[in-house]
Amino acid sequence: MNNARKRLVFDVVVWSASLMFVFGLVTSEAMADSKRSFATNEKWKAECGSCHIAYQPNLLPASAWRRIMAGLDKHFGTDASLDAASSAEIGAFLERNAGSGKRAASVPASLRITDTRWFVRKHDEVPRAAWKNPQVKTAANCSACHSGAERGDFDEDAVRIPR
Amino acid sequence: MQRFKPMAGFLLSAALVLPGSQAAAATPADIQQTFESAARAASPGFGGFSAGRGQAFFSATHGNDWSCTSCHTAAPAKPGKHVKTGKDIAPMAPAANPQRFTDAAKVEKWFKRNCKDVLGRVCTAQEKGDVLAYLMSLAK
Ligand code: HEC
Ligand code: HEC
Ligand code: HEC
Repeated sequence: MNNARKRLVFDVVVWSASLMFVFGLVTSEAMADSKRSFATNEKWKAECGSCHIAYQPNLLPASAWRRIMAGLDKHFGTDASLDAASSAEIGAFLERNAGSGKRAASVPASLRITDTRWFVRKHDEVPRAAWKNPQVKTAANCSACHSGAERGDFDEDAVRIPR
Repeated sequence: MQRFKPMAGFLLSAALVLPGSQAAAATPADIQQTFESAARAASPGFGGFSAGRGQAFFSATHGNDWSCTSCHTAAPAKPGKHVKTGKDIAPMAPAANPQRFTDAAKVEKWFKRNCKDVLGRVCTAQEKGDVLAYLMSLAK
């Protein structure tokens, strides 16, 4: 290759890299965890992860997320109200990546993940006292027992019930 | 020189995009200034903010179960814990946590939510300024 061609190739490579860089920043939705590769969104993580872990979208079906997003000012006993733009972006993200199949089979009236049939079944061997432990406080505190909860990792080998 | 152009393109596009991902930076003093203007507008007899009054407000319940200290503790230069979910909350005093009170929209969002929970109404500019005066008075 002569110098002019080398330069052209270099230009093309650097420009595409910069385009990809910008694209990557703009589309905040990206695959986060190489092992699990679940969907993520920066706004969702920041807004829904400030009072508790940001519960993965696949933990509830779309219809439950829709109702949760419509009632953020009265959110499980607290005010979690959001501006309309953030709420629309997060709602769309949750519904797009919502749970399906068995997990979506029934939506509890409480809209709680912890009241879904699959949650109750998966936790039927957890001793009653474990839920009341002050280090756990609430079944909704997934990360008290699942150290990988923040990353959507609920694998058995990472479970530890605090005593 | 020619081959620096694409590099410049890369840096330019990064420079254009990065500030967008960061909220407008303010200081706690800037934010206190906006509370002061609002408090003056609301009451012509405005007599300044008080850290002591802010501390009393922060520690008291106001008709509901929670006070500000329920989640932010009575020593808000230390980390807190969400009273209901158990999640850790970073310290509230700017001396201990330089990110606090640097984003006006975030500050307003949380005052609105937390005042609704604790008082059943929004906080006045006087109350917000008193709380901020208290938090700014705390050492690390
Ligand atoms: C201001 C604090 C706050 C914010 C912000 C917040 N939540 Fe919550 N959330 C709570 C509290 C408090 C509970 C109830 C915890 C409990 O009772 O165990 C809760 C519970 C939940 C539950 C039910 C958990 C269970 O018991 O199964 C879901 C689902 C949920 N939140 C989703 C969201 C989503 C989605 C967002 C973002 C749009 C969000 N939360 C933002 C405070 C918050
Ligand atoms: C008190 C401790 C505790 C809390 C809190 C808790 N879990 Fe679990 N979880 C467990 C245990 C123990 C198991 C059973 C592990 C096994 O299969 O042996 C489990 C199993 C699971 C499984 C099934 C894993 C598998 O591989 O089959 C999922 C999914 C799960 N939990 C999700 C959650 C979510 C979501 C939350 C919060 C809303 C949560 N858990 C809160 C203790 C807990
Ligand atoms: C139920 C728990 C809870 C109570 C009660 C509570 N807060 Fe908060 N507060 C939070 C959480 C969670 C955050 C966000 C945490 C974070 O950004 O790390 C927060 C953030 C804030 C912020 C944002 C500061 C910043 O710049 O980041 C302010 C201001 C604030 N709270 C003031 C108050 C005041 C004033 C009261 C009492 C009227 C109060 N809070 C009561 C949970 C609570």
